[in-house]
Amino acid sequence: MKLDRRLLVAALAPGAALAAWLALGALLVRAALAPDQRGALASLGTLAFGWWLIAALVAAWAGIRLHDRHVASAGRLTDATRLLVGDPDAPPLVPEGAKQQRMLAEAINSLAAERHALRADMARLVDEASAKVALERDQLGALMAELHQSVVVCNLDGRVLLYNGRARTLFRRFSQAPDSAGGAELIGLGRSIHAVIDRRLVDHAMEAIDRRLARGEAAGSARFVTTTPAGHLLQVGLAPVRTGDVASGYVLLLDDITDEVAGHARRDSRLIALTEAARASLASLQAALDLLDYPDLAAGEREGFQTVVRAEVAALADRLAELTAETAGDALTRWPLQDMLGADLVTATLRRIGPRATAGEVADALWLSIDSFALTEALAFLAGRLGEETPLTLRLAPAGARAHLDLVWPTRDANAAGLQAEPMQPGSALSARDVAERHGGELWLSHDRASGVSFFRFLLPLAVGPEGEASQPERPEYYDFDLFSPSDAAHALDDRSLEALAYTVFDTETTGLDPAGGDEIIQVGAVRIVNGKLLRGERFDQLVDPGRSIPEASIPFHGIRPEMVRGQPRITSVLPALHAFAADTVLVGHNVAFDMRFLQLKEAATGVRFDHPVLDTLLLASVAQPDEASHSLEAIAARLGVTVSGRHSAAGDALTTAQVFLKLLPLLAQRGVTTLGEARAAAEASYYARLRY
Amino acid sequence: MGTKVLIADDEPNIVVSLDFMMRREGYDVLIARDGTQALAMIRAERPRLVLLDAMMPGLTGFDVCEAVRADPEVRETRILMLTAKGRESDVARGLGAGADAYMTKPFSTRDLVAKVRDMLA
Repeated sequence: MKLDRRLLVAALAPGAALAAWLALGALLVRAALAPDQRGALASLGTLAFGWWLIAALVAAWAGIRLHDRHVASAGRLTDATRLLVGDPDAPPLVPEGAKQQRMLAEAINSLAAERHALRADMARLVDEASAKVALERDQLGALMAELHQSVVVCNLDGRVLLYNGRARTLFRRFSQAPDSAGGAELIGLGRSIHAVIDRRLVDHAMEAIDRRLARGEAAGSARFVTTTPAGHLLQVGLAPVRTGDVASGYVLLLDDITDEVAGHARRDSRLIALTEAARASLASLQAALDLLDYPDLAAGEREGFQTVVRAEVAALADRLAELTAETAGDALTRWPLQDMLGADLVTATLRRIGPRATAGEVADALWLSIDSFALTEALAFLAGRLGEETPLTLRLAPAGARAHLDLVWPTRDANAAGLQAEPMQPGSALSARDVAERHGGELWLSHDRASGVSFFRFLLPLAVGPEGEASQPERPEYYDFDLFSPSDAAHALDDRSLEALAYTVFDTETTGLDPAGGDEIIQVGAVRIVNGKLLRGERFDQLVDPGRSIPEASIPFHGIRPEMVRGQPRITSVLPALHAFAADTVLVGHNVAFDMRFLQLKEAATGVRFDHPVLDTLLLASVAQPDEASHSLEAIAARLGVTVSGRHSAAGDALTTAQVFLKLLPLLAQRGVTTLGEARAAAEASYYARLRY
Repeated sequence: MGTKVLIADDEPNIVVSLDFMMRREGYDVLIARDGTQALAMIRAERPRLVLLDAMMPGLTGFDVCEAVRADPEVRETRILMLTAKGRESDVARGLGAGADAYMTKPFSTRDLVAKVRDMLA
């Protein structure tokens, strides 16, 4: 045990002081005595020493006790209090020492307890608040995903911070790139909406809203129509997102009205053509009829005018028949039909009719384009009029480009003649047949004598099938509210924090290692990182026809066989798409110089220049972990705890590289590398260091 | 020699009736099947009045009308446009091109005959 110096002092000082006091007393006595008497004093020495020793021991004991009660316990109290300050979960102080110190300890304990309660309260409130925010965010995300309209939310810079699946599908239609990008080069978190919608249109709409607000009108949104670069007509509704009185962004509701407008134009021109043709025919008819009234016509003349009348009547009839055929498709589009699984319609109808109805043969996976409410009502009406006791069966079968939906009953149980044309509700002219016709279909009554059943058959249109959304194993990142704070594009990228930049992490697979010697890219994969988040939903994955053979020896490395690239786009159309996908981002790759070399050699052929800032995970890893021997992608991934999936496919490697890159960022920050400029400088230094080594 | 009237229309079924009507009124009838032929005949035959269809292959009635009004030789030719284009904008265009009168198809023969008589009076 280490001897406490202060304890030693406290124990020995009283004894030393007493000794000094006794010695001084002895000296004084000795000075006052005659020289012959001094011997007696000397003989008292032993007694005096014993006397002092007792007093010294008692004083030492008292000193130690006092030290313990007032000094050591105060020290312990200080240490324990410091511990409490640092760690709220440290044990409470044990009251000890003098009474005042014990009271002090208790006071500190109650302070600590209060602080503990406050912190717990605070933590609970924070948890509750974040749970609520997360819930609201998820609800918003779910709501947006289910909306049938395309919604995009942007900040004032036009950067996308939220969009839904519909918007993604819409933008895929606008995309001029190969399917690989899937419109992700146009829409994506952090991307600029102005690639599709002119900034001036948005500014104009925002100003119009501001002016209306200034006049005290309530209208908080504006509408305009614009053309996309791909030639689509887009109707846009814009509503500002306001924080207090200041707009911080805006919500866009997008509708592709290309087909609708084209449809209107087609109808208009048909109408005009019909009107004019009808007028011309009627003019010929009327003139001929007027002349037929003349009593003095020669027989040949009369016959001539009669021929004119017959020819014009026939021409008019032909014209109408042609028009009916042309417009058959249009009538369909005007009634709001939705896509529904046939089996779901049958289930809904059975529930509506009640237990006497059962499902017969119902085709699987048959999608109908229907007004399900009207159809269910029509079936329920027919079922009701067939009599409450009649057993009913519903069956559904495909019939060419349409479907047959049958309501079947035993013929002897009910007579159904004419039911299909009866109004379904008093005061309404709508009959079951009208409902069928609204679908561009038909309804008729049929009897199957052999099996003794009768049925109403609805002829219904099939759905074209919902526009396929790319199958995504994970829920894509459709929103990022951190983007609401406007970016300051004026700053040079070099000064920007690594955390705040947007990245395109990419990888290529090639026929070989020598781009100058004729090796070509056969696959490109890329993912994006925005605001420190990996966007798995926005990925670029494209096979490329290299226009040359793929060496057999290279196939084990990339797994791409010649037949897989047949019919795929050429590099000249893939690189512009990749360039658009990577717009306004920093390029990241593993040993990226290799990939960049291939891209640069294609500059002349494709006309796109990849002049983005570039970061290499291999070099960054050597900066972050200089003492490690291997900086292969697998080795780094294993060290950083990244699961490698789809190794040696371009998209798989890009994904792994992106995860590695995200794990490297905090390690780099620990080494003082926080901006793009610093990262590039550090990577360069490490590169040269390795060369010199 | 009677008054020359040119009928310019590409639809034979109306031409038959117009031809009959005009002959009955005692005019000398000329017939053109399209705009180009109509303009050539106006220049060559100098009819006093043209019944001009607006929609013909080649030159439209509007084009013929403008060409006639721009040509000092035949500028005085009376022009009655007969057309299935019945919108106000079409009528305005016809009169703007220089037609003296505009009749929308279908029309009553009595009205047409009366109009032609007025225009030649």
